[in-house]
Amino acid sequence: MPTKVSSAVMRQGFKVIGHAIRAEPGIFAGAVFASAVYGVMTVLAAWALGWATEHAVLPAFGGGAPSGAMATAALLIIGTALFKALGVMGRRILAGIMQFRMQARSRRAATRQYLRLPLAWHHRHPTGQLLSIASSDAEAAWGPLAPLPMAVGVIVMLVAAAVAIVITDPVLAIVGFLIFPAIALLNLVYQRQLSPLATRAQELRASVSEVAHESFDGALVVKTLGREDAEAARFQARADDLRDANIAVGRIRGLFDPLLEALPTLGVLAVLLAGAYRLGSQDVTSGELIQVAYLFTLLAFPIRALGWVLAELPRSVVGWTRVQEVLDATGSMEYGTAGLTADTPARIRADAVTYGYDPDAPVLRGVAFEAAPGRTIALVGPTGAGKSTLIQLLARLIDPDEGAVTVDGTDLREVTRGGVAASVSLVPQQTFLFDDTVRGNVTLGADLPDERVWAALRLAQADGFVSALPDNLDTRVGERGATLSGGQRQRLALARALAREPRLLILDDATSSVDPQVEKRILVGLREQASTVIVVAYRMATIALADEVIYLEQGVVADHGAHEQLLDRCDGYRNLVTAYEREEAERAAAAELDDELNGELEGEVVA
Amino acid sequence: MQALERSAVETVRQGFRLSPEFRRGLAGTLLLAVLATAGKIIVPIAVQQVIDEGLTKATPDLAFIRNALLACAAAVLLTALASYLMNVRLYRATESGLATLRGKGFRHVHDLSVLTQNTERRGALVSRVTGDVDQISTFMQWGGLMIIVALGQLGIATVLMAIYSWQLTLVVWGCFLPVVLALPRFQRLVARNYTVVRERTGDVLAGVSESVVGSAVIRAYGSEDRTSDRIDAAINAQRKAQIRAQRVIGLTFPITELVASIALTGVLVLGVALGADKTITAGELIAFLFLITLFIMPLQMGTEVLNDAQNAIAGWRRILGVLDTPADVADPQDGAVLPRGPISVAFENVGFAYPDGPPVLREVSAAIPPRSRVAVVGETGSGKTTFAKLLTRLMDPASGRVLIDGVDLREIKFSSLRERVVMVPQDGFLFDSTLAENIRYGRPAATDEELAAALDELGLTEWLDGLPNGLRTPVGQRGESMSAGERQLVALARAYLADPDLLLLDEATSAVDPATEVRLARALDGVTRGRTAISIAHRLSTAEAADEIIVFDHGRIVQRGPHADLVREPGVYADLYASWATATRS
Repeated sequence: MPTKVSSAVMRQGFKVIGHAIRAEPGIFAGAVFASAVYGVMTVLAAWALGWATEHAVLPAFGGGAPSGAMATAALLIIGTALFKALGVMGRRILAGIMQFRMQARSRRAATRQYLRLPLAWHHRHPTGQLLSIASSDAEAAWGPLAPLPMAVGVIVMLVAAAVAIVITDPVLAIVGFLIFPAIALLNLVYQRQLSPLATRAQELRASVSEVAHESFDGALVVKTLGREDAEAARFQARADDLRDANIAVGRIRGLFDPLLEALPTLGVLAVLLAGAYRLGSQDVTSGELIQVAYLFTLLAFPIRALGWVLAELPRSVVGWTRVQEVLDATGSMEYGTAGLTADTPARIRADAVTYGYDPDAPVLRGVAFEAAPGRTIALVGPTGAGKSTLIQLLARLIDPDEGAVTVDGTDLREVTRGGVAASVSLVPQQTFLFDDTVRGNVTLGADLPDERVWAALRLAQADGFVSALPDNLDTRVGERGATLSGGQRQRLALARALAREPRLLILDDATSSVDPQVEKRILVGLREQASTVIVVAYRMATIALADEVIYLEQGVVADHGAHEQLLDRCDGYRNLVTAYEREEAERAAAAELDDELNGELEGEVVA
Repeated sequence: MQALERSAVETVRQGFRLSPEFRRGLAGTLLLAVLATAGKIIVPIAVQQVIDEGLTKATPDLAFIRNALLACAAAVLLTALASYLMNVRLYRATESGLATLRGKGFRHVHDLSVLTQNTERRGALVSRVTGDVDQISTFMQWGGLMIIVALGQLGIATVLMAIYSWQLTLVVWGCFLPVVLALPRFQRLVARNYTVVRERTGDVLAGVSESVVGSAVIRAYGSEDRTSDRIDAAINAQRKAQIRAQRVIGLTFPITELVASIALTGVLVLGVALGADKTITAGELIAFLFLITLFIMPLQMGTEVLNDAQNAIAGWRRILGVLDTPADVADPQDGAVLPRGPISVAFENVGFAYPDGPPVLREVSAAIPPRSRVAVVGETGSGKTTFAKLLTRLMDPASGRVLIDGVDLREIKFSSLRERVVMVPQDGFLFDSTLAENIRYGRPAATDEELAAALDELGLTEWLDGLPNGLRTPVGQRGESMSAGERQLVALARAYLADPDLLLLDEATSAVDPATEVRLARALDGVTRGRTAISIAHRLSTAEAADEIIVFDHGRIVQRGPHADLVREPGVYADLYASWATATRS
């Protein structure tokens, strides 16, 4: 991460700026023009004041004021101020438009890419990071655009000022040519000193926030283990680091800001001194002297804009690079031309499917099975066996590293965009509801009649609570479904899948928060649907409703068959699904043993 | 939460009281500030001297001018030095004060009960110790400083102007006063626009977050286009709001420039007239022109400074709002320290209701003898989790008492209570660190050997060996690199290593597969021997093994006894058990 205004960062930073200029050439030209008007007018304002001093003020004090000169002076001063104000106005508004347009552009592009990139990519990137790329990084990337037109205007202003001074008096010009580069140089040194410190402070600010987030999220753990003091110490250490970093920033700011202010002031004094000598030798007029002195006063502040652009460059480069990494990420899914057009239940087949998040340690190895149309299949396996991964492959959320998944003989990779989603519906383990109405959450924008929505809700056993909601289907469910219970949210997510009347329905432990009785009603209802169903399950009751069972263990299909068959021949399966029963039996046996022992002990005591 | 809305002055006073560092050396800093701002009038004075002593006389007194200017240059350097010292002192004082404020706020959030922590959204609490403090910091180091500098600059310029000519001073103020008076109005306009921008930015974040968090659903249902349309709309609305706000600022900002030019012209015209009467010298008049430039910057920055001040006061108010919220479950002063050893629990007529809610526990009385293993069962909402929270003093009962070893929980020192009673919540929250660090969270001094031994006793060695980096495995943010079941295993090991006398499990193995759960239950059975163990059971297999089962229904204890007895008598437990059995048996 670049932390200094090194020449590499400057080069990259200017490249980023170049992108923006190419993207919005008209707006940029307008802003620079407005800023140039401002720059020229500033120099003209100083000249006007000098002219007024010489032609109106001093003659008046010398006795007898020519009123014509006074009127001209007034007109000049107000006129230049008016154009200056217009210049500022145009520059600020146009610079804003440019900056905000570019930000919006980056945000749009990044989020489009989020939606396009495969799920595997999402697994590698934490949510917080993706959010900050679309918000703060997209903002930081175009940060230099705000002061940029002003900086360009300042350059115009400096050239105009240099010309004006040279015309006025070469000796005064020497003072100017000493002071201006000194200011520019000081600015550069300033930003070089400041930017690593500012970056560090920024990083520490993020880390303070991280600790607070984590600690408050884990408040229950902190409390139950009585670790409040330790957490407070951990937080205070970060807060103190931030304090020290901010003080370090303050020291640099505190040093350079007064210096940058003092330099032009010293320049004015030098001009006055040199001017006084030049006046004595009649080389300049008093008006010219006032003009140059006033010019220095006016230039002191805007010249800092050059530093502001430099200051924004490191952040801009970091932000831009992060956004660009997202935009350059490859591996978006390719789609074919085949359609899944049949309207009967699907035949799904996994052909030697291998998949790994880490290629050296595949999660699934050579998984193969076939589900005949209309069958209900339970997918069973211990925690970490790869069930959720397999299900994502079946719905083509991810593509296999090796092998293929086919529906009705068509490789899912050959199917058109949106084609798989039209035939296959997946209800993931983690319920996700959109900040939308109940209807919006069920239809997801598809044009489905209300009867079909209600039918799906009925099947998901959700019609009861939905009709009790204040606005029925039009009730907003709140951000991430905050207003509904876990079981209700799961049933809405299920209705979403059912409303599509999918030919293949996949449930990934999607009823874990639903009451056992309600779950049973749902599953019985599902059996009457014209679709193939694959359901990840632990509960015996769920498994019992399936026609066949696939038992997955450590990424391979360990067995496939009817529940009774597996119970009979597959040790792992039997261990898993009968764990509770065995536990009970063993306990009963142990209790008997205990009783016997106790009896013996008592007998001994008696004896 | 905010019982009283403080006035701005009261807020700032409170804020200063919370961070005593702000006051440290304040007098010196202010003195330096006065010196630093006084430096601004050096140039106008120098101009006046040069013109009056040099230009308007027949032969300029060059020696005098040179000396005067050198003196001025020295003064400039001195004021720069004063400015530097002021800045350093200001930064040190404010940053130290703010670090203290952050710490106090953070500590207080942890002192709040789970009840209050949930009413305020977590993210909002984080802002109290981050963004809100940053806002105060910006104000202290920029806006607040600007106010001092601007007031000093305007005051000193006005004094000097009045010395030169009171008539011209009136002209200048006559021009600028309307701008000063209009500032609050501008500020409100700008603030309104910024509020819209903030709201739109929130919409964008919500939209983007939906697209990332819901990425699986969006893909599974092919609703990418719809989602991207929604986000695009939010981004466009944000951009429009930003540009509108920029336009308001862009239009109001240059007004000062225009007013300054009018003031300049007015001063020239009237000044020349006054000059004819010899009430003012040419140098003084020209100096006036330079003095007017001192008005521009403070007024141009005015709206921003006011905005800044308002944000800082709002930030302060929010932090004070948190600090004012009483720690409703407080560590008692001189609390009792209980000796270690097997623990007994008693609930005496305990009642509880969440704020503005119906009672969730009514007249609950129960005595749990030391070393017993108790299962708490009941339907969702029957009050069993509330029971657990009261027993661990995450909340205090509304009526009645909760006692351990015969002592009211409210009279036991927190550190002693937390050492003896540990709860494992359902959500196995992990900190972004390694497995080892998480397991030793409750007992930081534990060695790796002790860790390994604890895992072994819990029967988790096999699981641990399956992890590529063993105890060094990073768990990711919130432990998200591990599965929900694995997180629960770690949380359990963490609580076990803390070695409490009472272990309370709140559905602590709900996400673990049946075989592992049974294995774990058996291990726990062994290791909690000699301790008191209470588990809130999600799967009734846990209940079957307990010495005693406590059955909750609608906030009351309706049944108590061992499984063998309860399952035979008709009632809540028998129903629950029947439903569980049909779900798990073939």
